[in-house]
Amino acid sequence: MGEVIVVTSGKGGVGKTTTTANIGTGLSLKGKSVVLVDADIGLRNLDVVMGLENRIVYDLVDVVEGSCRLRQALIKDKRFANLYLLPAAQTKDKNAVNPEQMQKLTSDLAEEFDYVMVDCPAGIEQGFKNAIAGASRAVVVTTPEVSAVRDADRIIGLLEASGLRNPQLVINRIKIDMVKRGDMMNIDDMIDILAIDLLGVVPDDDMIVVSTNRGEPAIANEASLAGQAYRNIVRRIMGEDVPFMNLESDEGFLTRLVKMFGFTKRR
Amino acid sequence: MDLFKLFGKNDSSKDIAKERLKLVLIHDRANVSPQFLEMIKSEIIGVISDYMEIDEKGLEITLTRTRRDYDNSTVPALVANIPIKRMKDNGKI
Repeated sequence: MGEVIVVTSGKGGVGKTTTTANIGTGLSLKGKSVVLVDADIGLRNLDVVMGLENRIVYDLVDVVEGSCRLRQALIKDKRFANLYLLPAAQTKDKNAVNPEQMQKLTSDLAEEFDYVMVDCPAGIEQGFKNAIAGASRAVVVTTPEVSAVRDADRIIGLLEASGLRNPQLVINRIKIDMVKRGDMMNIDDMIDILAIDLLGVVPDDDMIVVSTNRGEPAIANEASLAGQAYRNIVRRIMGEDVPFMNLESDEGFLTRLVKMFGFTKRR
Repeated sequence: MDLFKLFGKNDSSKDIAKERLKLVLIHDRANVSPQFLEMIKSEIIGVISDYMEIDEKGLEITLTRTRRDYDNSTVPALVANIPIKRMKDNGKI
């Protein structure tokens, strides 16, 4: 029986879909069988981020309504072993599915896959309730901005109220030079405010834009800083203890950077 | 609150962001107004003042989140920081 992990944030545009795509791809690179589920019905995007948009025949709503079998709707990513996508419907809305149906769907998927990664839509309405319905674990994505942190706090409260205890935090798009100047909240500030466990910190990286343009997850790119951060996150999801570095320490900037993203091992 | 810090040496924009967030999250988390917290504060002062003399200006009361000991999950918590000036005689045995 696999694990169902929902990736959520409250606020839109903080990197839920990118995070889902990269963690899912990373788990598959680690030899796990993974299915990515796009729960953003009506505004699907996981397909384009993954570069699989031309291969969609059936979608999540077709499966739930019984118009096709689950297997028929799954798109196999040929670049990675055991990585599949279940796309969202684009012409329906969030009310086309209910939480009970999502629970059944994700538990069916969890019987066949090691990890079911659910990409949650922005907001706290029906789409959010659907996305978290079958999840046993939650990853909350935020950026170091007041609006994103505020929404993350609200989402953490809602997750806990729904019985999803101990969600884990991914801080996305942190700009190390701004943090150093004191013009961006650092990791400790955000953990202090949100009071949840940290899963990982992803630095702002132009490579993410490039890889999204191409439909190739950055985690597969050895040269990408964000890719390295995602590789660390994947190891933590699988239970490995990968240390974090404190950005505020008095060490040299480069040393910190190198240690933070685990580059030392590659030398 | 650490509002004074805003005008002290910690005037970087991230400290301002952090303070503003902390304040706004008090409302968000429990759906309570600052007036509600003021009511709680004045009643707490009323009860405690029978037993000890407290520094009312130094009293801080906030809603935050904390770890619950037995399962390590996060729960809302009301945190009151009440500086005591001295105990009153009727508080002693």
